[in-house]
Amino acid sequence: MASPKFTELTTLACIFFIFLVPFAAAGLALMNVGLGRSRSAGHMMMASLCALAVAAISFFVIGFAWQGAIGEPAYALILSGKSWNWIAAQPFFFRRLFFDGSEMPLTALLQMFSVGLAAIIPLGSGADRWRLRAICLSTAILAALTYPLFAHWVWSGGWLAQLGVNYGIGRGFLDAGGASTIQVVGGLTALAITWILGPRRGKYSADGMAPAIPGHNSVFVLFGCILALVGWIGLNSAGAILFTGAAPSSAALIGINTMLAASASALTAAFITKVRFGKPDASLTSNGWVGGLVASSASCAFLSPAEALVIGSIAGTAITFSIEWLELRLEVDDPGGAISVHAVGGIWGLLALGMFGEFQRPVLNVAGDNVAGSINGIASGQWLAQLIGVATLLGFVLPLTYMVNLILNRFYAYRVSVEGERQGMDLHELGAGAYPEFMTHTDEFFPR
Amino acid sequence: MKAVGLLMLPAGWLLVLAAIVLFPSPALRGAFALAGFAVEVLGLGLTFRSHLIPREEKS
Repeated sequence: MASPKFTELTTLACIFFIFLVPFAAAGLALMNVGLGRSRSAGHMMMASLCALAVAAISFFVIGFAWQGAIGEPAYALILSGKSWNWIAAQPFFFRRLFFDGSEMPLTALLQMFSVGLAAIIPLGSGADRWRLRAICLSTAILAALTYPLFAHWVWSGGWLAQLGVNYGIGRGFLDAGGASTIQVVGGLTALAITWILGPRRGKYSADGMAPAIPGHNSVFVLFGCILALVGWIGLNSAGAILFTGAAPSSAALIGINTMLAASASALTAAFITKVRFGKPDASLTSNGWVGGLVASSASCAFLSPAEALVIGSIAGTAITFSIEWLELRLEVDDPGGAISVHAVGGIWGLLALGMFGEFQRPVLNVAGDNVAGSINGIASGQWLAQLIGVATLLGFVLPLTYMVNLILNRFYAYRVSVEGERQGMDLHELGAGAYPEFMTHTDEFFPR
Repeated sequence: MKAVGLLMLPAGWLLVLAAIVLFPSPALRGAFALAGFAVEVLGLGLTFRSHLIPREEKS
């Protein structure tokens, strides 16, 4: 089946929005640098660049062949008389990608940036202890296997998208801006990596204390938030046009919803930390901001601005408490807060679409099929479609990414040596510090 | 405990998939899917517990 052709205006709008997406990657990279230690700052930025590069090449070589696009050839299982489309049947190396004005090259371009964004997310969790070559190895697996498989199910007419057509469950699993495919996949990979690496040395002491290891540059972190906003507006708008059939004019609503969700989430986090600790916490507020962006991604095209505000406020609350809970109760050392921000925020955003989503227009989810039904998300059964998507992330993506990374860790140790961790990733792995003119203070080192 | 937790994640997911295929009634399908999701949450809880750091390994 040929891809539907876009009008020139739609193509131009899509290209403009897609070109904004790398700003999101830049923002996340800066945040990860700022939230880590100064002795690993250069390494973190280098790792971000390498992750983007490895992700793009892996996606070009293998990933897109397994992800495909709506209406393109795919393999399907027949289960109880229904077709379960599970993996694309494209050739490797983009060999069936024709630059003929169809939507497929736009999809490929957006995916190439999106997979890079997903690859940057786990870096924040593995900060100060994840080796560069291991990062490249793990990124290659993410971009060639985990991401394309799940993205095919959601964005390329796969079985999750078909739930509405095949079983009358809402409009099938919906995710306009990549809350599941990018954010939760990245966030769950971050969780798997954190489990495999273990905490930074000195993070948890035998007396039950877990001293905070503060980030080294809050200006980077806060500036990263603003850069991420620009990228997210592009990501949500381009995704909504390409994967749900939204008109370019809906970008205004999407931008408003994205901004409001981020604002509500950040202010909620600032308020909670002010009430609890006496002063607003910059790193938790910035995590709240990005968490709001993440939570807005799934439903940005199907909400009223007031609903975006509510979703953002809940995201800010959930993320603030989740970060503390993970760190202190579950002993998950996640310096960048990636698990809470991207996995928890993303899951909340996906479920919120099932609760708050309103479908005033037909939704393009599977080629040639627009599922009619109730306008309201809950009444149409959309909540169940979203729940099935979240269950797939927890029940399939998390074990898959954990097992694959665990096996790779057996062959090539992910964690840097004790001496390397003490020295800092910059000196140990790159041979030079990011801030050579700075004095290093003894309290930057863990007790020997 | 780690293996059990990790196995409960796909087990819960398979229950959710079974709900889609086996139950045409929306109410029954929703209830069964929620039960599968609950199994996943239990599995996630076990996996988190299995990754708590032993006291002797804390520095």
